Amino acid sequence: MHSSPSSELNVVLGGEAGHGLQTLGLVLARAVIAAGLHVMVVNEFMSRIRGGSNSTTLRISTRPVRAFSDRVDCCLLFDRDALGRLEGRCTDATVRIGDPAVFGGTAGMLPLPLQELSTQAGGALFANSVACGFLVRLFGWEPAPLETALRRTFGKNDSLLDQNLAAARSGWEAGAALHGRFALPVQAAAAGRRLLLDGSQSVALGALAGGCTFISSYPMSPATGVLLHLAKQAEAHGLVVEQAEDEISAINMGLGAWYAGARALVSTSGGGFDLMAEGLSLCGAIESPLVVHLAQRPGPGTGLPTRTEQGDLEIARYSGHGEFPRAILAPGSPEEAFACAAHAFTMADASQSPVIVLTDQYLLDSLCDLDPLPLPATPPATHIVATTPDYRRYAPGPDGISPRGIPGYGAGLVCVDSDEHDAEGRITEDFGVRIAMVDKRLAKFRPLREELSLPPRLHGPADYRRLLVGWGSTAPAIIEALAQVPLEQTAFLHCVQLYPLPAALEDYLRRAERIIVIENNATGQFARLLRGETGCDIAAQWLKYNGLAFSVEEIAALLREEEQR
Amino acid sequence: MSEHSWVRRDCDIAWCPGCGNYGILKLVGETLAELALDPQQTVLVSGIGQAAKLPQYCNVHFFNGLHGRALPPATAIKASNPGLTVIAESGDGDMYGEGGNHFLHCIRRNPDLTNIVHNNMVYGLTKGQASPTSRRGFVTPLQVGGVTLEPFNPLAVAIALGASFVARTYVGNAEHARGILQAAIRHRGYALVDLLQPCVTFNKLNTYQWFAAQTAPLPDDHDPADRVQAFARACEEEPLRLGIFYRQEKPVFEEQLAAYTDDARPLYERQVDLARLAATMEAMG
Repeated sequence: MHSSPSSELNVVLGGEAGHGLQTLGLVLARAVIAAGLHVMVVNEFMSRIRGGSNSTTLRISTRPVRAFSDRVDCCLLFDRDALGRLEGRCTDATVRIGDPAVFGGTAGMLPLPLQELSTQAGGALFANSVACGFLVRLFGWEPAPLETALRRTFGKNDSLLDQNLAAARSGWEAGAALHGRFALPVQAAAAGRRLLLDGSQSVALGALAGGCTFISSYPMSPATGVLLHLAKQAEAHGLVVEQAEDEISAINMGLGAWYAGARALVSTSGGGFDLMAEGLSLCGAIESPLVVHLAQRPGPGTGLPTRTEQGDLEIARYSGHGEFPRAILAPGSPEEAFACAAHAFTMADASQSPVIVLTDQYLLDSLCDLDPLPLPATPPATHIVATTPDYRRYAPGPDGISPRGIPGYGAGLVCVDSDEHDAEGRITEDFGVRIAMVDKRLAKFRPLREELSLPPRLHGPADYRRLLVGWGSTAPAIIEALAQVPLEQTAFLHCVQLYPLPAALEDYLRRAERIIVIENNATGQFARLLRGETGCDIAAQWLKYNGLAFSVEEIAALLREEEQR
Repeated sequence: MSEHSWVRRDCDIAWCPGCGNYGILKLVGETLAELALDPQQTVLVSGIGQAAKLPQYCNVHFFNGLHGRALPPATAIKASNPGLTVIAESGDGDMYGEGGNHFLHCIRRNPDLTNIVHNNMVYGLTKGQASPTSRRGFVTPLQVGGVTLEPFNPLAVAIALGASFVARTYVGNAEHARGILQAAIRHRGYALVDLLQPCVTFNKLNTYQWFAAQTAPLPDDHDPADRVQAFARACEEEPLRLGIFYRQEKPVFEEQLAAYTDDARPLYERQVDLARLAATMEAMG
């Protein structure tokens, strides 16, 4: 299954913050889609506004790609720091491209006179388009796909577009001697439109598909993207968007919004989620639906603000005092991010419980080309009832779920209280009522585990003996690596719903002789959860916690070691 | 509507005999009745503490949430359904201490809600510690040498932030208090009512007698449109002035939300427009 060089190419752009690497990556990715190929763009960057050393990896392929590959076929370097920083990923086969004005006569480097050409094109602003033109020439393409991408990017401003088109053309001309150096076939464009979306956009679109009408959040990387994307849709989709004064306010606003009949989302990262703990517990007490997007980055403390990790599963699981139901969904791709965000609203509304969509920086900040995401045929059903004069918010119901009324809709009163309360929502210290209310709340675990749950997905033979288990964003790299190194009788179980464990999951674990859990953290949080909930025996854990995602190559190397075992 | 009994008659009330909260409960019930509010469209939001139990004793929709956190859900309830009348009430520790940050930013947002703060200058439910409004020198089981912190001045802070309605009243002057509560609920925008009350169990300093002696109405010539004068009078401690210190018309939070630009319906009546969402996805990608 190893791809031949002609069908896949990894291009890395390296430079400091402020160079516009992410815009360059976006334009180039759009050109790749216009050429009928597939692409994944992975951004890794430092926590600063200018300077530092960042990189953008474009994985270009004749087939859809969803996983990070750390091989570097070609790197375009904007400064000397980038050369040093990317050196570890480069091999003898890597082609380095740089401006002689920056690198002088560095041995083996292909010269691209970027400063000179961009000055001629109108200034440093046009360096990205020059670079794109040059790279496209190396792919052996005519300028057309790139011009399509530039029109998509700058189409609203005629003069800016014309200057960028000219700059791209000059870069393309400059690459004449290297035409087709990395020949990539131009394919007939796929039938229908391919979208280029990052994980944040997918979560935001999923929230809208789930009927989200309210978002209150406090900015924090990498969770802010979802808030920004939804802010742009406030008018078009009739959405209330508010930047809260802190995360405590954000979650309490979210609960107030659901109480009044809105469908609210809060988006945050680990540190902000810590502040939301009491609000999450309130959500459990008043039996409110709530969707929380928890975008992981490495902690503890401020940690690595712009990097990735799967280190917050346990706070998602345990945060908030007292005992109450909740669900945790961890998407592994933009498609799943969309589906999980939408389903989280259905799940929260149906179970009157908090649902946490657990993502990470790698998933949120990476772009892929994909088919338009599947929208439901009808808007999601809402479970709000018109109240009657004898309405009681916490009346007993099947699976502990009471009909949910809202103020201003019906003839009854809707009373919710964070103190232990009776069926009417009035404070009580009656021990019998206490037991009944605890049991009522915990009864909601059953539908969360069964009909509302998202089952795990098995990749590989059903008669496996060895089972790799992963969750969230690690899935595509594991699936691809396993295709490259197909171990005998080995399958991969991708877990999307991490809590409560779906009924189907235990059966998969029971059938395995050797379970290996793969996680982007240092202590194996999901392995601990699996052991605690199922008593299963976990033979090995493959963990990574340097702040970066697993690459296909890393998983493949672990699989080869496993093969030699 | 006048037939609605806002105050419940059949419940076990958790307040001490003689507590100022009884008077506030009666005042709130009378005010809501006099304003002829629709009980189906009125929501009380409170935090935690003795004051925050008030909605329990009313026939009204209520959201009795977390200590210090009444204002965020109150703001969101109003933003989600602007047709509702929303009143956020709690004690001084809840609103000015635990919820201090929300107090500041709620004033900045200016949602159309009424914020009633029962101010007895002490913590009751946790048994007698200092509150943000306790006077210097106030001795408690925790502040054994007396309070050394500057008392929080909610009126001066609210006026400094450009709050749209800032008033103080005293439960012992029922007629005054009713008038202030009515004006606050009628006011379009955020309205702060700092409502002085004694705590008969834990505050032996700021008693009914003390409040009667230490409070006085704002002078007849007070101009609530004059922010500088309002600030100066809010800073006076002897006597503590009662009345509407400051009032101004300013844009209301929920009316400026893009969600209501073309659509006046409350959020619960809305559904996602799937065709529009498909177009959004296309434009985004």
